[in-house]
Amino acid sequence: MSEDIGALDTFPKLLMHHARVRGDRPAIREKDLGIWQTWTWHELAEETRAITAALAAMGFKRGEHFALVGDNRPRLYATMAAVQCLGGIPVPLYQDAVAAEMVFPIHNASIAFAFAEDQEQVDKLLEILPQCPTLTRIIYDDPRGLRHYKQPQLLAYDRLLESGRQAHRKDPAFVESEIARGSGSDTAAMFFTSGTTGVAKGVVHTHSSLIGPSRTAAELDRLGEDDVILAYLPPAWIGQNIFSCAQALVTGYCICCPESSETVMTDMREIGPTYYFAPPRVLENLLTQVSIRMEDASRVKRWLYAYFMRVAERVGGAILDGKRVSLVDRMLYSVGDLLIYGPLRNVLGMSRIKVGYTAGEAIGPDLFKFYRSIGINLKQLYGSTETAVFVCVQPDGQVKPDTVGPAVPGVELKFTPERELLIRRPGLFKEYYKNAEATVQAVDSERWFHTGDAGYIDQDGHVKIIDRVKDVGKLADGTLFAPKYLENKLKFFPHVREAVCFGHGRDKVCAFINIDPDAVGNWAEKRNLSYSGYTDLASRDEVYELIRECVERVNADLAQEPELANSQIHRFLILHKELDADDGELTRTRKVRRGFIGEKYGSLVEALYGGRDSVHVEAQVRYEDGRTGTFSADLRIRDAKTFPAAAAKRAA
Amino acid sequence: MTAPEVHLHGTGRAVGDVVLSVEGVSLSFGGVKALQDVSFDVREHEVRAIIGPNGAGKSSMLNVINGVYHPQKGTIRFKDRKFTDMEPHRAAVMGIARTFQNIALFKGMSVLDNIMTGRNLRMHAGILAQALRIGPAEREEIAHRERVEQIIDFLELQPYRKTPAGRLPYGLQKRVDLGRALASEPQMLLLDEPMAGMNLEEKQDMCRFILDANDQLGTTVVLIEHDMGVVMDISDRVVVLDYGRKIADGVPDEVRANQAVVDAYLGTKH
Repeated sequence: MSEDIGALDTFPKLLMHHARVRGDRPAIREKDLGIWQTWTWHELAEETRAITAALAAMGFKRGEHFALVGDNRPRLYATMAAVQCLGGIPVPLYQDAVAAEMVFPIHNASIAFAFAEDQEQVDKLLEILPQCPTLTRIIYDDPRGLRHYKQPQLLAYDRLLESGRQAHRKDPAFVESEIARGSGSDTAAMFFTSGTTGVAKGVVHTHSSLIGPSRTAAELDRLGEDDVILAYLPPAWIGQNIFSCAQALVTGYCICCPESSETVMTDMREIGPTYYFAPPRVLENLLTQVSIRMEDASRVKRWLYAYFMRVAERVGGAILDGKRVSLVDRMLYSVGDLLIYGPLRNVLGMSRIKVGYTAGEAIGPDLFKFYRSIGINLKQLYGSTETAVFVCVQPDGQVKPDTVGPAVPGVELKFTPERELLIRRPGLFKEYYKNAEATVQAVDSERWFHTGDAGYIDQDGHVKIIDRVKDVGKLADGTLFAPKYLENKLKFFPHVREAVCFGHGRDKVCAFINIDPDAVGNWAEKRNLSYSGYTDLASRDEVYELIRECVERVNADLAQEPELANSQIHRFLILHKELDADDGELTRTRKVRRGFIGEKYGSLVEALYGGRDSVHVEAQVRYEDGRTGTFSADLRIRDAKTFPAAAAKRAA
Repeated sequence: MTAPEVHLHGTGRAVGDVVLSVEGVSLSFGGVKALQDVSFDVREHEVRAIIGPNGAGKSSMLNVINGVYHPQKGTIRFKDRKFTDMEPHRAAVMGIARTFQNIALFKGMSVLDNIMTGRNLRMHAGILAQALRIGPAEREEIAHRERVEQIIDFLELQPYRKTPAGRLPYGLQKRVDLGRALASEPQMLLLDEPMAGMNLEEKQDMCRFILDANDQLGTTVVLIEHDMGVVMDISDRVVVLDYGRKIADGVPDEVRANQAVVDAYLGTKH
């Protein structure tokens, strides 16, 4: 049967198309009791039909919102598809959000139906019932621990499925007719932005605004039904939705759900995805783990690793880009591939990767080059929730570490005098839900979307993003200060987990450092340095010395870049606690909230600039169970060596 | 035999008949009297705690039930059968499993294999058949592996399936120890200080797993614990020992209010 997939304008239509065309091919895989179980497209469609019928019988109506809270699970995706079949609007929520954070979306969209993965999520939803009177139905997937829950709102997914199967058998035409009623201009899903800037906003996307960009990008990378992806990021994030829902439905590839969030690395090795997405943070963690394990390896292996990584650094990227490389280097690289790069790719689960993407924030150039040099086709893309992710994509062979590539077909770009990037495209979001004011602010009368990102287009037509417009600052003497840029340079060291730089309107740059407990812990262990916990480790002289070396190497690097040489880091301190999204210091996507941190730790910032050697800190800590306590300690502050700017040296 | 008496707890779990009764047990090592005339019973599906200050005889009591120590006086009755001298292997066959205060895992073996050893009692194929993976032995292995996977799922140990037990942090090792005990599908689980040395979060996790095992698998739990707070929260009834004697026995609130218990824990004025 031939059917023009391009003419299908909604996700449910696409799902049924795949069930017809490639019914026996895998749609979703999930690891259950240690074994990968497969759902074919046919099975997924059947399950979706049953859930659709059941939801309709329960009174779920066209245009209504439906909250989904949980990790990536086939049943979550089946429910999402069923909601769309009925013309409803799925609203995925972050599964690690605390209960209070779920009140706003549920209240805002007057949500009556919710899907919860397990007891943890059910507990959160039950907790907020008093604030959300509209919520009347909670469907749960994993019944564990819920046997004695008697709340009338609760309904087991298994029972829903059973009743749905019966209903569907009685009236098989119903679901198809509901699907046929949908059109591309209907709202397909709503995503709440992580809230870097104040209150979360519901970003409304239609079927066509998600399908369009997904299709363009899939064509660009020639994705097809043989591709496999590991769905391990929160479904509430639009990127995950695009990769594990929209693009899967556009191309018919298979998505795999890991066993748990802690087993991702093992699952990745077992699955060997061909298409991959990871925010820089994940790539950074992987590299940290590799570095830690290399430190534990035998001397010969360490030497081999160091030698061949130097070879890779020199020629790996060029080989991947298909550029000319001398025969000797090519041979050396092949030996390295046999001994180091191949096994390393295998350990990382990246042996089969055709295309890998990273986005979300600027990636450290060294980190980016590392993956490319060992033969992984990692590329950058640029986009946001509002612009359906694919705005700029680096085409194969034109990959540069510091740009995000040219605009994809159909996207128009321009810059304001303040260097803010504006975007216009057909796949732009419809509006912010119930927030016309914010919509007008973000999208002007000519449909240009204001991204809030500062950047420019380089000589090759690639977009380069420096920082958020509002974060790019100036030092007191007027030189450019791009905090993110410095923080990324610091974070490339495996020992540094997070960094926060200050300097806008000041005479010099100072920084807060968060050490990486794994990497520094391992380092301390090797030196027989005993410590009781993070706070103790972070306050050790030896650790301060280690971090000072990192800061000074960043300074030496910065000295090579005339524009940024003045923003070298003069002083730093190591924070007594890890920055945490639960304390509001990071966003849910784990970006540092510099302004908030600057206010919260105002006394520390003053101490950095006041020239003091130590500072007393007393802080409120919020434990995972919601209680709060206080903490006090003395933090030390250290100076770091700075270097004269290279350009100046040459001139002298 | 008393008439079957069934009452529902707050959670809806049915506590049944007495399954284990300890009657007048005394145990001494030379001149040290570890236990003196201790009697108490354990009902089916309940969580029964034995508490007491250091050296009160708690672990000795558990070892007596388990058959490691043989009391000089008194009897133990399990499921209406009377035993003067219980033996550890017989206790295991009868459905009593235990964990240890100072974790006794096979350190070099993976978590999976450690839990698999708990299935040992239920394996029927001979050593040769297992080694050669002959048909029935292989089928049996698969069935056992499935059960072990269910326990791994139950205790959320998926990330550590193939990690050598010795490399895991303490709290997780305790969890694996519990998993191994659960693998033999025991009717009664003896836990020797399951939360000792854990931080608050680990304790909460452990409490949840114990309660889940009790609730979903119907396992009767007898636990020894130092931490009064934990005990009072999760047990149905509590026995308090002090210097080898039983000084109190009852529901947590009664025990908490008992003057003898307060004295034993906080000391008395002299």
